[in-house]
Amino acid sequence: MSGPLTIFDKPNSYIGKPVDRPDAKRLLQGRGKFVDDIQLPRMVHGAFVRSPVAHGRILSIDLEEARGVPGVIAVYTGADLAEHVTPYVGVLSHLAGLRSAPQMPLAVDVVRWTGEPVVMIVATSRAVAEDAAALVYVDIEELPVATDMERALEPDAPVIHPDFGSNLAWERTVEVGDPDAAFARDDVTVVERTFRFGRHTGVTLEARASVVEYDPSEDQLTCHYSGQAPHMMQYIFAKHLGLAEENVRVISNDVGGSFGIKIHTYGDEIATAAAAKLLGRPVKFVADRLESFLTDIHARDHVVHGRIAVTQEGKIEALAFDDITGIGPYSMYPRTSAIEANQVLNLTGAPYALENYRANAKVVFQNKNLMCQYRAVGHPIAMAVADGLLEDAAAEIGMDVVEIRRRNLVKDDAYPCVSATGMKLDDLSHHKTLDLLIETMDYDAKRAEHAALREQGIHRGLGLVSMIEVTNPSPMFYGIGGAPIASQDGATIRLDAGGAIHVSSSVTEQGQGTNTILAQVAAGVFGVDMDRVKVTTGDTKTTPYGGGTWASRGAGIGGEATLQAAFALKEQVLDVAAVILQAKVEGLDIIAGHVCDTDGTQRMSLSDLARTVYYRGNELPSDMSPELVATRHYRVSDFPFVFTNAAMAAEVEVDPETGFVKVLNVWAVEDCGRVINPKLVDEQIRGGVVQGIGGAFYEECIYSEDGQLENATMADYLVPMAFEMPDITVAHVETPTKTSVLGAKGAGEAGTGGAPAALMNAVNDALRPLGASIHQMPMTPERILRALGTV
Amino acid sequence: MSDSKMISVTVNGETTTAAVPVRQNLVDFLRNTMGLTGSHVGCEHGVCGACTLEVDGAMVRGCLMLAVQADGTQVTTIEGYGDRAAALRDAFTARNALQCGYCTPGMLASAVEYIEGGGAADRAAIREHLSGNYCRCTGYQSIVDAVCDVIDGASA
Ligand code: FES
Ligand code: FES
Repeated sequence: MSGPLTIFDKPNSYIGKPVDRPDAKRLLQGRGKFVDDIQLPRMVHGAFVRSPVAHGRILSIDLEEARGVPGVIAVYTGADLAEHVTPYVGVLSHLAGLRSAPQMPLAVDVVRWTGEPVVMIVATSRAVAEDAAALVYVDIEELPVATDMERALEPDAPVIHPDFGSNLAWERTVEVGDPDAAFARDDVTVVERTFRFGRHTGVTLEARASVVEYDPSEDQLTCHYSGQAPHMMQYIFAKHLGLAEENVRVISNDVGGSFGIKIHTYGDEIATAAAAKLLGRPVKFVADRLESFLTDIHARDHVVHGRIAVTQEGKIEALAFDDITGIGPYSMYPRTSAIEANQVLNLTGAPYALENYRANAKVVFQNKNLMCQYRAVGHPIAMAVADGLLEDAAAEIGMDVVEIRRRNLVKDDAYPCVSATGMKLDDLSHHKTLDLLIETMDYDAKRAEHAALREQGIHRGLGLVSMIEVTNPSPMFYGIGGAPIASQDGATIRLDAGGAIHVSSSVTEQGQGTNTILAQVAAGVFGVDMDRVKVTTGDTKTTPYGGGTWASRGAGIGGEATLQAAFALKEQVLDVAAVILQAKVEGLDIIAGHVCDTDGTQRMSLSDLARTVYYRGNELPSDMSPELVATRHYRVSDFPFVFTNAAMAAEVEVDPETGFVKVLNVWAVEDCGRVINPKLVDEQIRGGVVQGIGGAFYEECIYSEDGQLENATMADYLVPMAFEMPDITVAHVETPTKTSVLGAKGAGEAGTGGAPAALMNAVNDALRPLGASIHQMPMTPERILRALGTV
Repeated sequence: MSDSKMISVTVNGETTTAAVPVRQNLVDFLRNTMGLTGSHVGCEHGVCGACTLEVDGAMVRGCLMLAVQADGTQVTTIEGYGDRAAALRDAFTARNALQCGYCTPGMLASAVEYIEGGGAADRAAIREHLSGNYCRCTGYQSIVDAVCDVIDGASA
């Protein structure tokens, strides 16, 4: 390295350091502030009567007895709230042809999924509200259901929204090159598979929760909200409850897990806000676990028929697939449920140089809970299909799975380039990550070990995935489609009289460590110690306007805004310091809370400087009016997304007697650009991998044919527990994105998006010598045994 | 439907007498009546472990015990662990063994139980012991690391 020190290698930089999270202390003392911890004077509680059937016409609702329960304050039906809330429709204009029906917070006339809220009871306690809810009698005439997404498209299927004529919500086809000709060539091997991805859900440990208060004297609605996108919710509450946007404040303090579940608009939450407004008093609604399973958005639910053609040399000549995904009876508002299928079209095979590609996606209405964005939107499907087909093809032509990847992955020096589906890609490192992965896992030794173990009847397998990950979305994601979702974020940094700095940012914290990395960036760039930085996020009243946290954008977008604001504040401070110290600005710096000469000699403390500005302005020239506060906003502009990449591998042992699969190892090599805090990034990836393991082996929302969710308790819906989880090895390649100074991309989706593919490939590697294979997730013991033909 | 009964319970060393609905569970009583919101609720059916706390020296699920059953007992919540959890709190911080922190109070309670019970720095045993506590954010590994760190530190 030569040249002057940069912000990344200066002695007072925190970027790249594994610093502890300052907010851990609070959480470890039980002093977190989650929504359900809030108690307000005169606060009342909401509970809901929910539809017991998947499809039906509401004939009558008898509220008589419920109203008579002592402690009941109000009872609302769908018709009652329809007078106070405008309907919402989950479509985006750039997803041409996407359709959805207007939705109301509580069902009006027709119920369309089991668990849809029908009546809201507000009472002095949740227990009383539930007592009353149990006394509501809703007479429902059951209608035929469309639950199976493939059958829902058949001409004789019951149509959920009769005006639409069919259950097709959206369809998109992408075609590049001439896939038919490529598949027809006689020098290629064609592998064809059907993949099934069950529904699963977020199971945030803290359920969805809100406490909404309304002050009629000022027409002010304040929502304490367990969510990820406060400014989006501010707009939604204002628009649909008829309030001025500036009179709505959304506060998201500690959030107990989100994973994309908490970026959507839920009827029970809008109803809670409406009730608060109607009653003029605080209303709390916290979903119980049953309500979470029934109504938190579900994810995945795809059937994909895929084909790949490879030459004997392992070159991919064509990739094609048809995806059907079931989204429930509506497209979720405001992000839409079509985004996942769209991502599948965009991402499948994107790490590879593809000339011939065809993909079709059909997004289908059905009488199940709504399906929408959850961590790693579309990624697990895209990665499992492409890399599943690729590894199966490798086996067919007798090529090693690493070798076939090396022959097809886009070269690390080929960027910028455009993927088959037109995605602009830059700063990716598929080969470097793959090489590091092979080295980290000691690939050849593992292969040899497995071969030896197979002789002893032990069935182990290795599976890999090379993936790209969508992060740092630009306005081309939602803004272009007309959704009230900001892709830019802002940061305000001010120097306080005591010499500390205060950062206020529109990105939010749900445990991933946003507040810490913002503090790291601000402290290092501006020049104070970490403990002199206070960070505020999650409050529409006090933070700059922005998108919040979703699609792995906190560090990449919020971090860059913070970096730019810190530069700007530093410039202001040094301008004042130069005048006070009679020095040249270029000769000054800020290190460890002091204005210094560039050689490090301390000249004055920041608190001295700030006190002079704030209290003793008389000491400054009269034409000088310093501002010790700066705001900067940042958005990605030249790319629709800043993609990242990763290579992962899994090692499993399959027990053919029981169908149980033990995950022995997962290795992940990620390139998320500049790593701001390795400790936090590694845990993001591990947490993501474990959610991926959940999707691959355990988690599934199981519906009966008539649309009943049959495993809506934590005892019946399996999630990964400490005992079954392996240790997960994480390593990094750092290719900073050129779109920002900070160079950070996201790291939140990788594990969840990539691990399932690696795991399925590993299981198939173990099953192959037994003449079996599986292409359905979760890979339950029963399904493994079915694949083996033993049940 | 909401009959009440007087109970007297010592929570984190402080004795309180209160009228509680007989159907109220202990964790709701602690959170809503006592204002001790450190114990969390994740499922209210005894599966997730978020509500884990100590009653008369034994670990219980705060959601599976009624407040009236706690009459006359000594209850310790996350707010009352004090020095008993100090080393674990440091290790959790150093290992980033928490993200959203929602599972953390219950996780700490279970980890304290393991360590005070003489548990070894054996990863499989620790994983097994913590298997009643869901964490949806971390991959559990950092939690296991943190518990090992404390045990290794204590035995060193
Ligand atoms: S809330 Fe008690 S175990 Fe989940
Ligand atoms: S840290 Fe979020 S559930 Fe454990």
